[in-house]
Amino acid sequence: MKLKNAAATGMRYQLDQLSALEAESIFIIREVVAELERPGLLFSGGKDSAVLLHLAAKAFAPAAIPFPVVHIDTGHNFQEVLDFRDAEVSRRGVRLIVGSVQEAIDAGDVVEERNGSRNRIQTPVLLDTIEKHELNALMGGARRDEEKARAKERVFSFRDDFGQWDPKNQRPELWGLYNSRLNHGESIRVFPLSNWTELDIWHYIERENVILPSIYYAHEREVFERSGMLFGVHPFCTPRDDEMVRTQMVRYRTVGDASLTAAVASTATTTAQIVEEVATTRITERGATRGDDQVSEAAMEDRKKEGYF
Amino acid sequence: MDLLRIATAGSVDDGKSTLIGRLLFDSKAIFADQLDSVEKTSLERGSEYTDLALLTDGLRAEREQGITIDVAYRYFATPNRKFIVADTPGHIQYTRNMVTGASTSDLSIILVDARKGLVEQSRRHAFLVSLLKVPHLVVAVNKMDLVDWSQEVFDEIRREFTDYAARLNIADVQVIPVSALTGDNVVTRSQNMPWYQGASLMHHLENVQIASDSNMVDVRFPVQYVIRPHSNDYHDYRGYAGQVASGVMKAGDKVVVLPSGLPATIKEVSTADGPVDVAYPPMSVTVRLDDDVDISRGDMIVRPNNQPKVAQNFEAMICWMSDKPMKPGQKLAIKHTTKTARALVKELRYGLNINTLHRNEEANHLDLNEIGRVSLRTTKPLLADEYQKNRTTGGFILIDEITNNTVAAGMIIEAE
Repeated sequence: MKLKNAAATGMRYQLDQLSALEAESIFIIREVVAELERPGLLFSGGKDSAVLLHLAAKAFAPAAIPFPVVHIDTGHNFQEVLDFRDAEVSRRGVRLIVGSVQEAIDAGDVVEERNGSRNRIQTPVLLDTIEKHELNALMGGARRDEEKARAKERVFSFRDDFGQWDPKNQRPELWGLYNSRLNHGESIRVFPLSNWTELDIWHYIERENVILPSIYYAHEREVFERSGMLFGVHPFCTPRDDEMVRTQMVRYRTVGDASLTAAVASTATTTAQIVEEVATTRITERGATRGDDQVSEAAMEDRKKEGYF
Repeated sequence: MDLLRIATAGSVDDGKSTLIGRLLFDSKAIFADQLDSVEKTSLERGSEYTDLALLTDGLRAEREQGITIDVAYRYFATPNRKFIVADTPGHIQYTRNMVTGASTSDLSIILVDARKGLVEQSRRHAFLVSLLKVPHLVVAVNKMDLVDWSQEVFDEIRREFTDYAARLNIADVQVIPVSALTGDNVVTRSQNMPWYQGASLMHHLENVQIASDSNMVDVRFPVQYVIRPHSNDYHDYRGYAGQVASGVMKAGDKVVVLPSGLPATIKEVSTADGPVDVAYPPMSVTVRLDDDVDISRGDMIVRPNNQPKVAQNFEAMICWMSDKPMKPGQKLAIKHTTKTARALVKELRYGLNINTLHRNEEANHLDLNEIGRVSLRTTKPLLADEYQKNRTTGGFILIDEITNNTVAAGMIIEAE
């Protein structure tokens, strides 16, 4: 899977699928910049946003990335991810905009849910940040294979004044002809990685040597078991008295709110080992690691309608 | 590993979701937790078997009504190929979704219920495959288990379909008898239909030749964005970024920039990884020219002896996608390759009954999901080819300038 172009398929003018996905994503990113005045890229520090930033850099090379990156900071972060974010921002020479959930809580704008989750209250903070910085298009690393509701979302996905998604009223997307026209008060979320799967992402990370936060790779960590998932001991995620703490080799498959994101037992310390692990796993990444998507079968659909990314 | 984009279409009850669920399940694209959730729901609803359709019925409204309401995308892979499935609903009011799914696909699967034979929708789907110029078509005659695996039933449907398709323009048609429910001929060859000597559906999807589907002859490079680094290292750098629509480009090629008609020579074709020997569709590349010609988004780089039309008058088929009917005299925005202009619908030549292919020349408007031939005039010249020759430079969308909605998909028949 190291081959970069036509040779991989043995056809003279036939792109291998990873290069075809890359070409499509770069086309989409360029289209956003060509047609929309104030785009931004939502950067969580997760692997998908790392790949998206990598593609953005490739889309405009040798020029710099012509838009800022936006991080919605839940305050429940893994330090490794924050370090990675800052290193990437400085390496790429892009401007960083941070929307702080903690500040919104302190100001009394939002209230934490009872279980301590800050997932839902990210949404108003995201909307405020967009408004404050007058961003009218945000690119995100969401993929359609992640979840059933995402499978129905367009590449250019419109949000009304309240940031809400209306699944029954989406613009048809034909050929590569994206309609980016905004009505007053509307904004667009654009998903250049729509057609990538988790395995594609890892193959691409391997092929392109994309740098990721260290927690994606297996490391020793103090963990405890809760609801059948492994949680790392963290200031925002502490074991109850009946939960036994042990040290074991784990890695994170997704990076989200540190209080809710679980690790998986793994000895994969290299990208190649992770590719192999992902290729053989039988559990979806969200199913394995996200406490927040398990509330109801339609959890993601509900959150998206409210304006969740 | 290459990429095959599939569009599926079928009526409400012909088992399309089950078929896709089966493809995902048998190719192991389904994860254990997804299957658990589906098994749980099947049990709660009192199904006697695991309802694989639940794997693809995404939105809550759909699960409640048991129908698919919008284009949904699915992904699976075998060792040789990755598949993207645009799963489109088959009800009558959703022609627009089928057109959307078909516009980017290499292959379309039409499902036919063996008990019902060809229905209006099967013909409509076949017509849309032809109109949108999807290179390959598979007719999956489903529910063969419910007709006792009868060869006579299958042969009759195949004969009827072949007769109808002869009136259309479809390059490659395969008709395959399957049972999505039992899995016969979906991934593995059926033991129940020894009379069928052809490939299983999956085998066909894995092996259908798509390399020759792309147009590698007519060089069309719509300029998407001009890269001008404001840095000392790249002081005079001007790169024209875009995706190759068709043809093969390389350094040293003599080209012409349209619409200005100025000649130039390609100095370099590159990606962020460096110069490339050749660029071909669907590569996203950056082209540099030896001359400092003035080029902007919407321009097109082509070869001097093979040029598209530079035209403002068009004959086109359009599929209308808005609740508000299309009437001649209407003004709309048009997006074609990377260029946007305004367009006037001068005339509605005819409305097309896509079940009978009858042309209604008396039609004075097009309703939602109706297809017709129009003549258009644009405010700026477009750089266009016939859709049947080039899906990228022959396709366009129309946009309502008040609501900003995409209201039509268009396919150019003639440009002047």
